[in-house]
Amino acid sequence: MTMTTTKAPATAMPNALTSGKLPKYSPLWLLAGAFALSIAIFAVVDAAGGEAFNWAGMAVLAVVLFCVLIWLISRLVEGGRKATDRLVTALVSSAFAIALVPLISVTYTVIVKGVARFDLSFFTESMRNVVGAGGGALHAIVGTLLITGMATLISVPIGLLTAIYLVEYGRGRLARGVTFFVDVMTGIPSIVAGLFAFALFALLFDDPGIRFGFGGAVALSVLMIPVVVRSSEEMLKLVPNELREAALALGVPKYLTVLKVVLPTSIAGIITGVMISIARVIGETAPLLIIAGFTASMNYNLFAERMMTLPVFVYNQYASQGTDAQAYLDRAWTGALTLILIVALLNIIARLVAKFLAPKGLR
Amino acid sequence: MSKRIEVNDLNVYYSSFLAVEGVSLTIEPRTVTAFIGPSGCGKSTFLRTLNRMHEVIPGARVEGEVLIDGNNLYGAGVDPVLVRRQVGMVFQRPNPFPTMSIGDNVLAGAKLNNKRMSKSEGDDLIEKSLRGANLWNEVKDRLHMPGSGLSGGQQQRLCIARAIAVNPEIILMDEPCSALDPISTLAIEDLIEEMKQEFTIVIVTHNMQQASRVSDRTAFFNIAGTGKPGKLIEYDDTTTMFSNPSVQATEDYVSGRFG
Ligand SMILES: Nc1ncnc2c1ncn2[C@@H]1O[C@H](COP(=O)(O)OP(=O)(O)OP(=O)(O)O)[C@@H](O)[C@H]1O
Ligand SMILES: [Mg+2]
Repeated sequence: MTMTTTKAPATAMPNALTSGKLPKYSPLWLLAGAFALSIAIFAVVDAAGGEAFNWAGMAVLAVVLFCVLIWLISRLVEGGRKATDRLVTALVSSAFAIALVPLISVTYTVIVKGVARFDLSFFTESMRNVVGAGGGALHAIVGTLLITGMATLISVPIGLLTAIYLVEYGRGRLARGVTFFVDVMTGIPSIVAGLFAFALFALLFDDPGIRFGFGGAVALSVLMIPVVVRSSEEMLKLVPNELREAALALGVPKYLTVLKVVLPTSIAGIITGVMISIARVIGETAPLLIIAGFTASMNYNLFAERMMTLPVFVYNQYASQGTDAQAYLDRAWTGALTLILIVALLNIIARLVAKFLAPKGLR
Repeated sequence: MSKRIEVNDLNVYYSSFLAVEGVSLTIEPRTVTAFIGPSGCGKSTFLRTLNRMHEVIPGARVEGEVLIDGNNLYGAGVDPVLVRRQVGMVFQRPNPFPTMSIGDNVLAGAKLNNKRMSKSEGDDLIEKSLRGANLWNEVKDRLHMPGSGLSGGQQQRLCIARAIAVNPEIILMDEPCSALDPISTLAIEDLIEEMKQEFTIVIVTHNMQQASRVSDRTAFFNIAGTGKPGKLIEYDDTTTMFSNPSVQATEDYVSGRFG
């Protein structure tokens, strides 16, 4: 049996498609090197000047060093195009790292300081008759959930129906007008929303000192509706026109097409948008301070009496510290931590719901 | 069950732009009619006016009349929804509903209209329509799977099954095979041949062989130049159109000597 084998030529021909290439992990080594160099420089300089070690300055210098080094080395080994690629990669990654710094810093601080009072009584007690240490934020948690929940109940139908009008039905001047005013609403400062709700209900009930939870929900709705409209509009626009045409061509009336084809196709995105809008308003302080007021007691009734909310609780603990200042500060931090946890939880739920409802088999 | 279409002096506009001018033709029941012509000459535009689907496009409007068994589609008080239940449409790109299973896609016309239907009735309709679209054997074991998980050709046949499930009189097809391989194309051409027994079929195609294979009559559309309206140049039996057409432009187009 004969076998024809193609033997490799004795002298390896250079492949015309290869070019110089840095080893795989060289950028990481280079980054470590840049940091080491920068630390050395700052250690010497700061020690000479008798100052404390300058961490921020060290990091900036290290990043600049890294960018210059990677560009130079890559240019020598790999050529101009690769060098530009490496440089831009370095810049983009540093921008990302810079954006992460405040996020990590805030999360870290809130967790470290908030953990002191993260105990059972914080979630089971109100601040009624508490001076000094102890007490909890149950009244504020309940208030936040009630007011935000009511705001969602008001905003989602209005916002979603507006978006459906704009995408499916709106033509001409009315639609342009609505779009314009939604844009304007997006820019309303939250304090103005609070004053609006306050003025509205003060006039309606002829009570210049009116404070109640529902007013807070109305104020939050003013902030929330434009966000819901905008995000739902984008999601509805993503539904391919072919699906609408397919349904219409089957003799399905337009309202059923919207209800049973367009909405189910975009529901995952719409829910995500609603969750984002909730996250946007749940931390609002100013409007709630005006129209929902603050209190130390439980209040489950949205329609009467002042109602505490978490952001106002945090503000209040910080602003009016008693003799035992540390107890107030601890409660404020734990309140902030709770708020962040609630938002995180909502986001996780939204993701799960979106994943569950997303059209299957697509993409 | 199928019906005759009569078009009298139809003009179609997109806002102020006249896209199709002065079309008059008659399509007999239980025939296959092919529309051919260069790109942009208004075949799709004209086809859509046969079930008022052009109204979905903002600014599109028509002048003239389209009669289906003597009833004017554009008469006062005509409900486009009822028109579309009689005149179904299959689009160039397969568009099954991504939120629905294969079975539900077939039943979409009934389900989206909130029609009540027992499970066994539904199953029968699914099987009948899928058999009618030559798809039953390929999907009968996965009716509950999403329709978007099928191949392009299967999706297109699913769309045809969906269209025939609402039991229309007339089926319009806008380049139904342009995204398909030759085998799926052949499957759909065979299908059209069978469907002719029950429905009146109008098909737009860029494929001359396809037009000559499947159609009984052929209409040739053309435009004088960009920005000019499309016109019906010649309309005759397919054999005549491809062997000795009476207009020179038709002969140039079908023999590939165009332009
Ligand atoms: N939505 C629209 N708005 C405005 N003008 C349109 C629209 N759709 C099509 N037209 C115009 O109408 C004319 C006819 O278009 P049409 O889509 O009917 O052509 P066609 O014959 O189907 O072409 P093809 O073979 O490429 O599908 C073209 O000049 C086109 O630019
Ligand atoms: Mg077309």
